[in-house]
Amino acid sequence: MASDPREVIDEVLQLGQWVKASNMLAELWRQQSVMGNAAYIISRYERMNSELPMTPYRLALLRSFTVEPLVPLLRAAAFASGVNLAVQVGDFNAYAQEILNSHSNLYQFEPDAVILAIQTRDLLPDLWYRFTELSPEEVEQVIDRTRKDLSDWVKTFRCYSKASLIIHNLEMPLRPSAGILDAQGELSQVEAFRRVNEGMRSLARDYPGVYIFDYDALIALHGRLRWHDEVKWLTVRLPIAADCLIHLANEWLRFLYPVTGKVCKALVTDLDNTLWGGIIGEDGMSGIQIGPEHPGAAYQFLQRAMLDLYQRGIILAVCSKNNPSDAMEALENHPGMLLRPHHFAALRINWNDKAQNLREIASELNIGIDALAFLDDNPVEREWVRSQLPVTVIDLPQDPMGYARALRDSPIFERLTLSDEDRERGRYYAEERQRTELRGGTTSLEDFYRSLQMEVEIAFVTPQTLTRVAQLTQKTNQFNLTTRRYTEQQIAEMAAGAEWRVYSLRARDRFGDNGLVGVAIARFDRDFCEIDSFLMSCRVVGRTVETAFLSHVAVEALHRGPRYLHGWYLPTKKNDLVKDFYKSHGFKLIGEREKGSLWELDLSNGCVRTPEWIICRVLEEGITQ
Amino acid sequence: MTQLVLERIRGIAADLMDIPVHEVLPTSSPDTIEKWDSLHHLNLVLGLEGEFGVQFSPEEIAKMQSVESIAWLVQNKLSRAE
Repeated sequence: MASDPREVIDEVLQLGQWVKASNMLAELWRQQSVMGNAAYIISRYERMNSELPMTPYRLALLRSFTVEPLVPLLRAAAFASGVNLAVQVGDFNAYAQEILNSHSNLYQFEPDAVILAIQTRDLLPDLWYRFTELSPEEVEQVIDRTRKDLSDWVKTFRCYSKASLIIHNLEMPLRPSAGILDAQGELSQVEAFRRVNEGMRSLARDYPGVYIFDYDALIALHGRLRWHDEVKWLTVRLPIAADCLIHLANEWLRFLYPVTGKVCKALVTDLDNTLWGGIIGEDGMSGIQIGPEHPGAAYQFLQRAMLDLYQRGIILAVCSKNNPSDAMEALENHPGMLLRPHHFAALRINWNDKAQNLREIASELNIGIDALAFLDDNPVEREWVRSQLPVTVIDLPQDPMGYARALRDSPIFERLTLSDEDRERGRYYAEERQRTELRGGTTSLEDFYRSLQMEVEIAFVTPQTLTRVAQLTQKTNQFNLTTRRYTEQQIAEMAAGAEWRVYSLRARDRFGDNGLVGVAIARFDRDFCEIDSFLMSCRVVGRTVETAFLSHVAVEALHRGPRYLHGWYLPTKKNDLVKDFYKSHGFKLIGEREKGSLWELDLSNGCVRTPEWIICRVLEEGITQ
Repeated sequence: MTQLVLERIRGIAADLMDIPVHEVLPTSSPDTIEKWDSLHHLNLVLGLEGEFGVQFSPEEIAKMQSVESIAWLVQNKLSRAE
């Protein structure tokens, strides 16, 4: 009999090989996400918590039913994804008091996210149990009152907490009280619940950081009959069958991925037997399977799923062992292909080691290697990449029919908000490829800058740009002086404060609009102005746009009175790129602490100069004042 | 009762309470294992239902007073299902 994986893991732990042990624990969870493994995995991760770079995260659960057995499943799954999750569970049906009382356990816990999980029958007992006894007017009243209650709760919550709020929508009954008659009437029971759900959706639109979890759709996905366990509900107030608990835990995790920043920015895909059936180098254009009919349809569905990711702002890239000319012929000209070369921001079609190719792709795209996901039909390649790199490897089933679903099921590409920049990202990267090609043909660097015809537009943050500005503070790692993460709510509060200024920067050039790519946050004191945050998307780094931006911040500071401009450089594993940023712009080092270095610019000795090749426009409107 | 069922149940109980399996004896019960509180009891019921693909009635859950009695119950359910 093979040795117990747990014994092997414990031996690795004994040796102090933390990363290896962590990977093995994650693998164990991936293979068997069951209650028994959860307790083991949690206890081992807790043992080596301080040794690993885990993201700490605090989650509060407000609920109307038993959720306790879900907590170990959720924590084990989170650990396996590199998140150390602290969970607080509120009392049964105490959600309203917890939200409305600013001193409640909920707020004392200082959660990063709150999940509000109320069952339909607990929130709307009259509509759930007594619907057939109610007049349409009474039903309307209950709907209105409930929508108002929800609105009050969310509004109050937003006053007391900056945490993300994830609201379960209402599930539908197994069978409506009136039977098939329900669907015939004007205001049916099902319709009544839908109206409350609609109210929830509009709350999510109105308040930043409030999200709807489509709980009803999750139950439908797994089957209403299978989901419910009437015995457990009546005896221990747990309405969910034992084998469905993991699905709820995993779905919660899908929401936590984007809020904890554990998301992938790019998907790197293989070609042969992944993007199409067969091997292009052997089977040729007429031999590979890709098209609307079986057997090519399964591959087209996968391409459709990848196009959906592309529209979500996920960068696509290719890593394939092939002759470039064969592969490009199929990518460019095969009539069955949905994906074309312009969808891919980087292409590595060669016979080199895939791990090495992935490293190169990450560096070409200017993103961290851990922001890559890898898709390949070959389990050997998957295993190799998994063993070599912190890349997220997506497992594919044997049967290509399951490929599209495997990709869509993966939580790593989930996004809770979508900015215009996300939608346009694919195009930006294609344009960047052209810029790089141009750089090869110009003489000096300054000539190159001039040839770009760069324009920047600097503005205060507005309600329209709030999502993107917060997103940039959360996602930008490399060109980021202080790496302070802010929620939309926090940005909005700063923008409204008299001593703060939140600037955004858009950049465009002759190849196109780069969108909103820079954020600077400044705090004014009497004698000095401190740059709280200064960051730029990697899309535009290395084109002196940052100098133009800093120049604007300095000029604004000077106009408001302070003589000095201060800025911290707080080093992280990823922001080495900007360690000399202040120095190279004439700042003097005035303090060094463990956390980083403090720099100062004496504004009376002159400002930072905007490069002559950049046209700078300043917009005045914003949230402020 | 087969030894296999008893061993699997001991393993699951040990996992869920995060204690060594040798501390879970056939005679072990909520009275003899300190960690075996009502929440762990619920987790155990859910864990067994998931592991063996069975469902327990409220009356059966009330009768789960020791590892051995749980094993008898599971064994009974499995043989009835065959």
